[in-house]
Amino acid sequence: MQPFTTLKATALPLRTENVDTDQIIPARYLTAVTQEGMGDGLFSWWRYNRDGSPNPDFVLNQPQYQGSEIVVAGRNFGIGSSREHAVWALNQYGFRAVISPAFADIFYNNSLKNGLLPIRMPEDTVSQLLDLIEEVPHTSISIDLPSQTVTVPGFDGGNAASDGSWSFEIDPFRKQCMLRGLDDLGYLLDKEEQISAFEAAASL
Amino acid sequence: MGKTLFEKIWDSHVIAQDEGAPAVLYIDAHLVHEVTSPQAFDTLRARGLPVRRPDKTFATMDHAIPTRIGAVEVDWPEDAATQVRALRQNCADFDVPLYDIEGDIQGIVHVIGPELGVTQPGMTIVCGDSHTSTHGAFGALAFGIGTSEVGYVLATQCLMQAQAKTFAINVEGSLGLGITAKDIILAIIAKNGAGGGAGHVFEYRGPAIRALDMASRMTICNMSIEGGARAGLIAPDETTFDYIKGREFAPKGDDWDRAVAYWRTLQTDEDAEFDRELTLDASSLAPMVTYGTNPGQGVGVTERVPRASDLEDPAERRSLQNALEYMGLSEGQPIEGQHVDIVFIGSCTNSRIEDLRAAAAIAKGGRVPAHVEALVVPGSKAVKAQAESEGLDRIFSEAGFEWRGAGCSMCLAMNDDKAGEGKYVASTSNRNFMGRQGPGSRSLLMSPIMAAAAAINGRVTDVREIL
Repeated sequence: MQPFTTLKATALPLRTENVDTDQIIPARYLTAVTQEGMGDGLFSWWRYNRDGSPNPDFVLNQPQYQGSEIVVAGRNFGIGSSREHAVWALNQYGFRAVISPAFADIFYNNSLKNGLLPIRMPEDTVSQLLDLIEEVPHTSISIDLPSQTVTVPGFDGGNAASDGSWSFEIDPFRKQCMLRGLDDLGYLLDKEEQISAFEAAASL
Repeated sequence: MGKTLFEKIWDSHVIAQDEGAPAVLYIDAHLVHEVTSPQAFDTLRARGLPVRRPDKTFATMDHAIPTRIGAVEVDWPEDAATQVRALRQNCADFDVPLYDIEGDIQGIVHVIGPELGVTQPGMTIVCGDSHTSTHGAFGALAFGIGTSEVGYVLATQCLMQAQAKTFAINVEGSLGLGITAKDIILAIIAKNGAGGGAGHVFEYRGPAIRALDMASRMTICNMSIEGGARAGLIAPDETTFDYIKGREFAPKGDDWDRAVAYWRTLQTDEDAEFDRELTLDASSLAPMVTYGTNPGQGVGVTERVPRASDLEDPAERRSLQNALEYMGLSEGQPIEGQHVDIVFIGSCTNSRIEDLRAAAAIAKGGRVPAHVEALVVPGSKAVKAQAESEGLDRIFSEAGFEWRGAGCSMCLAMNDDKAGEGKYVASTSNRNFMGRQGPGSRSLLMSPIMAAAAAINGRVTDVREIL
């Protein structure tokens, strides 16, 4: 998988709660037998009119947000289906990170296995960050995984004492995997001895 | 301190726990379907790996396949046919047993797993499908995984997992006439929110849960994911053992006695503690109907759609307003009487024989109005055959419902069953997301008997009035 260390990019403001995986990638794109082509289906219901033309009202289609690599969204991002296609779609479109107050568990896990960094930040901060990037679309956001910080120069998120920098939590093991671009398979294959011993002991 | 049921199953499946790393969890059964597996098999091919335990892997086709009676494969949409062919090739190449649509045993993975007796108490079960939580009804730790993890389990029979927190959901009292398991779970999600269970495993407890049959318990555990939980569990009891006994993969002879003795230990200890708890009184429930675009947006059928001014949280207000705009519903309107265009009875939530019997009892002698399209899609070939032997297909057909073959169908509209733009769908499925049942479709989630009543009356109806 693609490693993630640091990222400095603009962000897409998605002021919506409970963005489910059917919105991120509808089922009709799931008929593929490869990972390819998912970027075209990203946010398909919102992004395209029913005739297939782009919906100019949706932020993804607006010129000021072209080239953004971070999604900032309301809480419970990624609820619903286990489809990893949702993460592939975000990746293939060019997103590298998602900031939300809360993520659905399966989406969060899937993201970490594909180099898409999910960042939890407090609800108030996310809300004000959305205000900022709606007002100043070219706001640059820096994400530094080694130090676990998100920095937005000049943004205090309602806290006057803030220096524009927020720390976020991530499991230390998952962090190392992201930094090094490693998935779980090598680690699990190395456990063959324990797996066989467990199977023998349990007569499985 | 004692252990919860979740902790007992978890502890007995952790095969390694390195410092600073997630646990390595052994998986007892892996269910595979056509949509989330092809890329995982490709990973194995690319790395030159076999499927480690084909004997613990069970494949079927359910998501993309057409369900119209008489739909022959040569006429299927090309993409569905391609996925099915890929699954057949992958199962042949990696020696994975496949319950093919060509054979006698096929259906929604979460219906056929229990039917075959694959699903047993104390197991860990995964599938590349979020509704794997269904199997928790047997006291198995069962959860959905992404395609990367499908590949890991195929290759190693293991997953790396962080331990979830525990969440007791106590359902007290007993269910009134016309109130079902679907109403319990929709009420829980309405109360706790669509994301309220994140990071937790629910354990459903209490007298109202103990009184339920296995089909009802599966309905509840199925929708744990809709409450945001990683999984849902119900401790096994005599109801569970009676269901499993004699099924194809169930233990036999002395093995059966040993298994039952072990299964009886799979209870949360008296002195165990949960991280969170929630209590619901089943006696106070009305039949539930969702009005919005996430499963937490539901009310009793006699209630009204909430008003934004009733909600304190600005995010909830925005969420409600967006949902109602999409749904074409108004704040404060009664949900009862809302017209419906389509009725879908099916899905891994509510497509078992018990669901179809209950729906048929409501449909019997009625007539679906001409402007309503009603589908009944059994969860498996076995359910279909059983229903036909009981004459349920005739009851449905005579009432104007279309009788189908087994599959996921209009639950996720991945096959050719799609609700049209703006159409209201009274649905027994699990998700009311925007466009879930077809572009622009508007889902109203409810129980099978409520859906059958909606079909006959052409509008959302309080089923208790016709029971």
